[in-house]
Amino acid sequence: MSLKRIDLLICCGSGCVSAGALKIKERFHAVLAEKGIANEVNLIETGCMGPCDYGPVMVIYPEGIFYKHVSVDDVEEIVSEHFVKGRPVQRLMLQDEEKVISAKKEVPFYQKQVKVALANCGYIDPESMDEYIATGGYEALGTVLTQMTPLEAIELVKASGLRGRGGGGFPTHIKWKLVHDVQADQKYIICNGDEGDPGAFMDRSLLEGDPHRILEGMMLGAYAIGASQGFFYIRAEYPLAIKRIKQAIAQAREAGLMGEHIFGSDFSFEAEVRTGAGAFVCGEETALIHSLEGERGNPSPKPPYPAVKGLWDKPSVVNNVETMANLPTIFLKGADWFASMGTPTSKGTKVFALTGDIKNTGLVEVPMGITLRELIFDVGGGMTGGHKFKAVQLGGPSGGCLTQEHLDVPVDYESLKERGAMMGSGGVIVMNDQKCMVNVAKFFVEFCVDESCGKCPPCRIGLKQMYNILDRITTGKGKESDIDELLRLGETISKLSLCGLGQTAPNPVLSTLRYFRDEYEAHIRDKACPNKVCTDLFHFNIDKDRCIGCSLCARKCPVSCISGSREEKYTIHQVDCIKCGNCQDVCPVKAIDRIPGMHAEVIQHVASLAQTEED
Amino acid sequence: MYKEICAKYTPDKDNLIQILHEIQDTHPQHYISEEAVQAVAEYLNLPPNHIYGVLTFYTMYSTKPRGGNIIRLCESPPCYIKGSENILRKLQILLGVETGETTKDGVFTLELCACLGVCGNAPVMMINNDVYGDLTEERVEEIIARIRRGNQ
Repeated sequence: MSLKRIDLLICCGSGCVSAGALKIKERFHAVLAEKGIANEVNLIETGCMGPCDYGPVMVIYPEGIFYKHVSVDDVEEIVSEHFVKGRPVQRLMLQDEEKVISAKKEVPFYQKQVKVALANCGYIDPESMDEYIATGGYEALGTVLTQMTPLEAIELVKASGLRGRGGGGFPTHIKWKLVHDVQADQKYIICNGDEGDPGAFMDRSLLEGDPHRILEGMMLGAYAIGASQGFFYIRAEYPLAIKRIKQAIAQAREAGLMGEHIFGSDFSFEAEVRTGAGAFVCGEETALIHSLEGERGNPSPKPPYPAVKGLWDKPSVVNNVETMANLPTIFLKGADWFASMGTPTSKGTKVFALTGDIKNTGLVEVPMGITLRELIFDVGGGMTGGHKFKAVQLGGPSGGCLTQEHLDVPVDYESLKERGAMMGSGGVIVMNDQKCMVNVAKFFVEFCVDESCGKCPPCRIGLKQMYNILDRITTGKGKESDIDELLRLGETISKLSLCGLGQTAPNPVLSTLRYFRDEYEAHIRDKACPNKVCTDLFHFNIDKDRCIGCSLCARKCPVSCISGSREEKYTIHQVDCIKCGNCQDVCPVKAIDRIPGMHAEVIQHVASLAQTEED
Repeated sequence: MYKEICAKYTPDKDNLIQILHEIQDTHPQHYISEEAVQAVAEYLNLPPNHIYGVLTFYTMYSTKPRGGNIIRLCESPPCYIKGSENILRKLQILLGVETGETTKDGVFTLELCACLGVCGNAPVMMINNDVYGDLTEERVEEIIARIRRGNQ
């Protein structure tokens, strides 16, 4: 056996793979072989390291050097300079205003993070059970199975204060206790990996980056409630996650960690993977159970809760992926340790997915109770392109948006709910001052209209009505009564819908109405989109004083609606303009502006069309 | 062919979704035909309308023949904020099809889908099982051209 002197960890999370990480890995293999040092370097394909925006990223030990935006062409230099000569490549390191940051632990993105669920993500090879065990994996399971009763296990989770990480924040121990107390010949534990919230990808990264942790978490839960069978329900959009979990189950079985009498105890367990097929509503637990049974994924009314009547009418617990990921560490380090982090009602850490107009997009894990300001500006690095922060959408289509005035709100279940947002699964969509909130709200409602299963009328019909009104407002046909109508519909849908999808779907509209009512009013009264986003409610204008008559805009216009000459300068024929923005992008002297409101020509055109129709 | 796929699973209703996935994935035109619905119904001893009901509930299944490569562009808010609309327009121009249609040569089908969970690299699309992130109009052009070349 040769001595490996370098550990090269390449992030192969979906973000980095989409940016070409696998090709880089292949290139490393080739170059290392070429230089004859393949046996000195341990090349490890890890799960997501977090900072997707820097992707493809890698970390090199023993120094812990962090490289970002690596391309295939950089591999040669990394090998010959860093690996052979011992001179790390500075230009691939992160740089801030004053200095070059070489080590991963000094990268600002990681400074305020505390990794519990994500502890191994981006650190171990997810396909190696040995590496998971080397980080303490399956130790918790062994201890619990041999030294604790199920009730003691539930008590420990109760003391830790762990709450469901999938959205609702229901205390995990209560779910467990309910199922534990029911007498039944068969009970099931189900892992909810049907992550569908736009802007959330923590479950994907956990399943892909540390599958054994989720499996161990599931087995801990199974022991506590008395289940001998578990199901992973993972959405079909995540093929790698499905593959990794299947592999983990096979490895565990081979090692004797699954099957009969695990760790010599009386506990026997089997797990299987089932996939979804593209239905957001299946993230709702009763819908998920129907889908597992081979039915349409329609939710059913609760009660009966799955704890009483779940999969095949047997008592079942449905836990989210991230909830399960926390369990091994809670049992290993103790309830007090976990409860020492967070706020009085929200304990531990939470994984957030930062997306939108923020510098450091990616996956982060921070203690509960951190302020939005710290999350967005310290961990997330602030806004891109020098723009100002405007709003943040928390909790995906079920959540709401918060604004500048809420930046010092601590992030925990209760504080967010009070202000009209919610934790949800942890999607954080950050928006800058260029965004139109009416348009964003319309988009979220459209998502829910598409994903509504159609079973209950408030959701099926009500959301469609809300969408129609929003569409009307954003195309300049809004009426004075529309805002009241939206509020009325929103309240009705929230109260009367059958499942969580419908009950929370109006939130984006209600919260934007609460904080950005003036934008709605501008759309309705002035027929103008103040942020110049809604295509019908702004127009482009060429400033003749600045125009140099180069004709570039006219040539780039896909509908040939710009005409003019060097002498007369150029003009946009407003009626034909499709607002694609090409002209503004190509203008070398920035002579083209977006102006809020409809152009007079268009107003006249619309009026004359209406007149012809009447005639 | 359908019977062989079915036989890999026990004839229980809860295998339906997995069976439909395998039928669709192994079909050269990536869809589930009426014939397939019949075969599955017989195997699972369920009425064909149950199969059809499930099939049409989930967005990933298609009852119409599709192209060799399925492009699924994410239309969810994080991608929208990062300009997925321009990417869609580019794809439509490049391929000469509208959303939901297949190119004449049968190489591509263009679809929109809900969040793919790679939002850190928005806008994102999947072509078959591969994810492509940080899309720009230029990058889309390259990707499509590369797949076209590979197909010839």
